Amino acid sequence: MEATIGQELPVFERMSGFHAWNRFAAVNEEFVPIHMDDEAGKRAGYPGAFGMGNLQVAYLHALLRQWIGDEGRIVNVSCQMRAPNLRGLRTTARGRVTAVRQEGADTLVDLEVWTETEEGTVLAPGTATVALPPG
Amino acid sequence: MRAAVGREFGSTRQSLPISLSDIRRWAAAIYYPEAPPRLFWDEEYAATTSYGGVVAPEEFNPFAWFTAEGPNLPSSFEGPVRNAGPEESLGIKGPSTSFILNGGLSMTHGARMRPGDVITSGLTKLVEYRERQSRLGLMLITETETTWTNQKGEMVRTTRSTLLRY
Repeated sequence: MEATIGQELPVFERMSGFHAWNRFAAVNEEFVPIHMDDEAGKRAGYPGAFGMGNLQVAYLHALLRQWIGDEGRIVNVSCQMRAPNLRGLRTTARGRVTAVRQEGADTLVDLEVWTETEEGTVLAPGTATVALPPG
Repeated sequence: MRAAVGREFGSTRQSLPISLSDIRRWAAAIYYPEAPPRLFWDEEYAATTSYGGVVAPEEFNPFAWFTAEGPNLPSSFEGPVRNAGPEESLGIKGPSTSFILNGGLSMTHGARMRPGDVITSGLTKLVEYRERQSRLGLMLITETETTWTNQKGEMVRTTRSTLLRY
């Protein structure tokens, strides 16, 4: 497997909504009013309920795994929660290679990663480093 | 509050042994409505990989619902926010904020989590406080860092978290 600077990763997309949030709430024990109730989202200053930041983080991991496969290794993922992923929006996780370097036996790839809505609003921008599968 | 920066707070927590079912459910939730990768649920396939068996997705949380100490008590996230920041645990007066948000995360991964693993979460370090004006008003930003290890003492994950309160 090879990586080149500027290379774009195949996207990972999911619809935002209670069907996905409730499943994540159940496994992460994350039952927070702003993720369950439009009125709670509005009281917190947003247009309505919105999805968990931790789920955005999980989607960024899924994006990276989809690219490097089972034998690749995710070293680090960082992101900021900039905008809410509101119900009914298609959330797309994207990544772009910014550097490729050798560290011992590992080929490490640094990436710019982010999630965005179909209108192009960036939700969770960040960075990541992965180790490509050996061989 | 600034005097507390650099101190550690909370308590060391130990997970219950991770079960294959915990991993499968986590993966199913993340990948819904599609099937998750076989590495997270198919023991026969996973045995053919370099891991030799099922492993958990890197972002998996083994501390949901129960720990070795018993069931988790729910936090309150609106109105007077309880157990939401480090201050109560540090024995200092917290900010008079009403709302709390996840501002961001940085996860550095080490050893993969597997069925049977017992994960220990160490104390959390208060790394930084800062403030900024946002469209929601003056916001208190709190950075903390926690490291998880497995039963072999290997680092599993270090998480730096950004908590927003306003």
